Amino acid sequence: MIHFVLLVSRQGKVRLAKWYSAYSQKERAKLIRELSAIILTRAPKLCNFVEWMGLKVVYKRYAGLYFCMCIDQDDNELEIIDIIHHYVEILDRYFSSVCELDLIFNFHKAYYILDEILIAGVLQESSKRVVGRLIDAQDSLVEIAKEQASLVSSIIAQATK
Amino acid sequence: MALSGMRGLSVFISDIRNCQNKDQERLRVDKELGNVRTRFKNEKGLTPYEKKKYVWKMLYIYMLGYDVDFGHMEAVSLISAPKYPEKQVGYIVTSCLLNENHDFLRLAINTVRNDIIGRNETFQCLALTMVGNIGGREFAESLAPDVQKLLLSSSCRPLVRKKAALCLLRLYRKNPDVVNVDGWADRMAQLLDERDLGVLTSSMSLLVALVSNHHDSYWSCLPKCVKVLERMARNQDVPQEYTYYGIPSPWLQVKTMRALQYFPTIEDPNTRRSLFEVLQRILMGTDVVKNVNKNNASHAVLFEALALVMHLDAEKEMMSQCVALLGKFIAVREPNIRYLGLENMTRMLMVTDVQDIIKRHQAQIITSLKDPDISIRRRALDLLYGMCDVSNAKDIVEELLQYLSTADFAMREELSLKAAILAEKFAPDLSWYVDVILQLIDKAGDFVSDDIWFRVVQFVTNNEDLQPYAAAKAREYLDKPALHETMVKVSAYLLGEYSHLLARRPGCSPKEIFNIIHEKLPTVSTSTVAILLSTYAKILMHSQPTDLELQNQIWAIFSKYESCIDVELQQRAVEYFALSRKGAALMDILAEMPKFPERQSALIKKAEVAEVDTAEQSAIKLRAQQQQPSNALVVTDQIPNNSPPSVGQLSLVKVPSMSSSVDHNSADPGLTQTNGTLTKEDPQPMSPDLLGDLLGPLAIEGPPGPAAQSEQNVVGGLEGAPGAGDEAAIVPFGEPSTVQPIGNIAERFHALLLKDSGVLYEDPYIQIGIKAEWRGHQGRLVLFLGNKNTAALASVQAIILPPAHLKIELSLVPETIPPRAQVQCPLEVTNLSPSRDVAVLDFSYKFGTNMVNVKLRLPALLNKFLQPINISAEEFFPQWRSLSGPPLKLQEVIRGVRQMSLLEMANLFNSYRMMVCPGLDPNPNNLVASTTFYSVSTRAMLCLTRIETDPADRTQLRMTVASGDPTLTFELKEFIKEQLVSIPTAPRAQAPTPPAPAPTVVQPTSSAAALNDPGALLAGLL
Repeated sequence: MIHFVLLVSRQGKVRLAKWYSAYSQKERAKLIRELSAIILTRAPKLCNFVEWMGLKVVYKRYAGLYFCMCIDQDDNELEIIDIIHHYVEILDRYFSSVCELDLIFNFHKAYYILDEILIAGVLQESSKRVVGRLIDAQDSLVEIAKEQASLVSSIIAQATK
Repeated sequence: MALSGMRGLSVFISDIRNCQNKDQERLRVDKELGNVRTRFKNEKGLTPYEKKKYVWKMLYIYMLGYDVDFGHMEAVSLISAPKYPEKQVGYIVTSCLLNENHDFLRLAINTVRNDIIGRNETFQCLALTMVGNIGGREFAESLAPDVQKLLLSSSCRPLVRKKAALCLLRLYRKNPDVVNVDGWADRMAQLLDERDLGVLTSSMSLLVALVSNHHDSYWSCLPKCVKVLERMARNQDVPQEYTYYGIPSPWLQVKTMRALQYFPTIEDPNTRRSLFEVLQRILMGTDVVKNVNKNNASHAVLFEALALVMHLDAEKEMMSQCVALLGKFIAVREPNIRYLGLENMTRMLMVTDVQDIIKRHQAQIITSLKDPDISIRRRALDLLYGMCDVSNAKDIVEELLQYLSTADFAMREELSLKAAILAEKFAPDLSWYVDVILQLIDKAGDFVSDDIWFRVVQFVTNNEDLQPYAAAKAREYLDKPALHETMVKVSAYLLGEYSHLLARRPGCSPKEIFNIIHEKLPTVSTSTVAILLSTYAKILMHSQPTDLELQNQIWAIFSKYESCIDVELQQRAVEYFALSRKGAALMDILAEMPKFPERQSALIKKAEVAEVDTAEQSAIKLRAQQQQPSNALVVTDQIPNNSPPSVGQLSLVKVPSMSSSVDHNSADPGLTQTNGTLTKEDPQPMSPDLLGDLLGPLAIEGPPGPAAQSEQNVVGGLEGAPGAGDEAAIVPFGEPSTVQPIGNIAERFHALLLKDSGVLYEDPYIQIGIKAEWRGHQGRLVLFLGNKNTAALASVQAIILPPAHLKIELSLVPETIPPRAQVQCPLEVTNLSPSRDVAVLDFSYKFGTNMVNVKLRLPALLNKFLQPINISAEEFFPQWRSLSGPPLKLQEVIRGVRQMSLLEMANLFNSYRMMVCPGLDPNPNNLVASTTFYSVSTRAMLCLTRIETDPADRTQLRMTVASGDPTLTFELKEFIKEQLVSIPTAPRAQAPTPPAPAPTVVQPTSSAAALNDPGALLAGLL
């Protein structure tokens, strides 16, 4: 299973961190620190796997952003690479050509989307179309609620005039 | 670029981005945290929108790495908001900020449950996602039935069901009891018929978790998995959106093949054929293409297929295809594929006899040892280590040594340990071994642990032929400038002992040796100085006739250290000085160190400890354990040439002192210390093996002392005398020509009484693992017979001697086990009637000319047929009363109960599957336990037990056992008594059980190699 997902920029800034195994606050900070130090210093064109503390980290770099997923020793590494790329493709579709800034200002969207792809550190949905549809549905639910709220407040405003 | 849709949040993020440095950022963050904190304080004035915004800000700040120690409550409270936008934020932020152990989560359980059972689909999804991501044990207990309902419901849409499947997977991980094995197997099989691939993928992940624990409950899923795989491989009925770079869901394929790896075999020939067709297609049809994503996807499937082929131990045809593929992979440019090629080759080594084919790739693998990528170098090192044997040890070890000088620090320690182990295990001759270790110390002294140089000393001491060579080598190294301190230690020790053997060579007179060693003294630490002092004393003794100048020099050093602040050095100096004045008496006391008793290498043991004890969760892991190689046979070969040392010498060996500063009486504290460290693990042989032990020391060492002691130990082990446990924990070492078990068989047996998988027996050649499943009166055991060697084990025979109450069917055991292979032999057990008798496995095999026969008790005891049952007061008391008096209800006062607290006793009962029911007995010093016993004659029968203890005297108690069957009551009472009186190490030797034999008897029959060995001869006569 995937123990955690980490998106970290080349400067070492965390853009997303999602934990599927129970780590305490302290452990989380330590893991992020140590792992970024290892991943960010790896030269290009090496393999996408790093063995680390009895676990394995599968990572892939997209522009200035590293997508890392930490798995058990005998999990299938390439399957995880596929999940990373699957996630990136969905982000790309959603933001129509995603860039790091999208993920900075819309970090919450990145979390929503990840939740439609992984649960319990395991792949939930492998269809990009299905995930896209679900995210759109969520967005429209939020929109509708917003409109209703503004409608209500305008009614109140009118009534109290 | 899109903005967050929340203005305040976007502004804050921009502010952070505009900060010039870390300090500014911290200021801005602190300001915001202060703001959020005040806003949260008077929560009344907050609109849901604002609350949402602040909670997001908190998460953002948390993500930047700042501590956010407030606001968790607000995040959690959003979960119960009535509207979707707030609820969504509440769920997602909570699952990011908190982990499963957080107290706040408990507050949310009710809301979460309402969302799950409510009719709002979107709320269901949110709740399932959060529980799936951070749900803990409490969630498992309270939500599992609802989640199962959703998964199975035909009215739920796929988007809910797939989440329910993974949510259930999480809950199952937290508490396996939430899934009832009996009820689920059929449902699981139905779930595999699912058409929606999202649901099917999630269900397959659930299945993987379930079968990894209980494969034989899910047999019915096996053909369905193969069907799914066929559907994928033929690309039938796979919607376009579920293909990934033209490949039908690689994830589903990988998961399905993973699930199949947990089934030991595939018996149905049709299913097997279909599966192999698919596998063949994957193996042959995967090409390397330009698109890297497509490559990754197709190879993810390919590597999983390889693993499955390895597991099924397919026809040799397919296996050689796999090796060929891997051979190709380790030479390609693509680093991922190269890495995985090396990794899987290492796994393959553990499975089958492909070593020769893999050896052909040795050059390529050595190239990878110099790869720029440390991940790949690590894999290459592992593979070289695994594939090393006598034929290629020289090449591989020399490569490793060469690489050591350039290797990065992160790898040096592992590298030197591996090189040392390989050199020891596979040395073609001992002088080479000495060379390797000395080079190792020379090149990477900092990474060479004491164990490594102790071991060299041990080898040299035990092999006379080696002594002049080693001394000469040590002398050579002393000429080098800038010597590592460890090298100074070894050289000084070796030259102290054996430099007189070199006396005629140039530069090797006592005086010259002394001078060159003494040069190093100013640069070394006290522990080394201690060794040097011993060396000086020995050199002085060997310089006959006494060289007065040398004597004065050495005496001067001794008298200098007589006032040393270090007690150890001071004592040595004083004693050596006094001794060296005694002239002839010195000769005896400072004579050469006697031979060390043979033992397993501490290094190899160290390497093994890491591997043994891992639960046999996955098939791969189990096989990995089989990989432990033979013990250091190199040493043992030499033994028959050596005459047994005299008793006088032995007494020195027998006094191992960990710290010689305590050991004032010892004639030579310095040397005893060195040897003490070497011998501390097992000064006397301790092994549960009766015959072997009685004969072993007699044959090798002669003196009756250790033999008698070891006999005591054996007896102690049998009776479970307190303290025997500690001693028995020491791993016995292998005798030169008899086969000694590794680890304590009785302990292993006892461990297996409590758990269902583990190692039953192990010796240098074979490891017998066991995995058991119990259901009602039936059990299914699988014996894993693993050959640890590079040669086949022949004449393998396994006979079960079942007691009258057990029906045991053993499937066919193959006569030979190929090198490094593992065979599985399933056993079907049926419990006919209650009895405490034990089934015995009579196992024998032949390795070379050694015939080994062991009798092992099988952990199929009474308690395995118990099923704990929780019973309420309303059920208990009528039952208890209705079973009135003997023979259905028996009472006994038991004395000599082992010291344990009430809680420990309760745990003991629970671990033997008798459930302690608290609250039934008003007296807190009493325990009541209930369980159901299954056998053919009794069917399922309730058994009740009550223990009354006296808090003032814990060594005695009164026990009452009741059941509906007189035999059962009696047998259960006796069983519990045995566990109470002697746990955990004691086998039931004193129990009046007829067929229980002595724990094990290893009978070495005569062999050509052992002709010189009186022990073996004796054994042959017996």
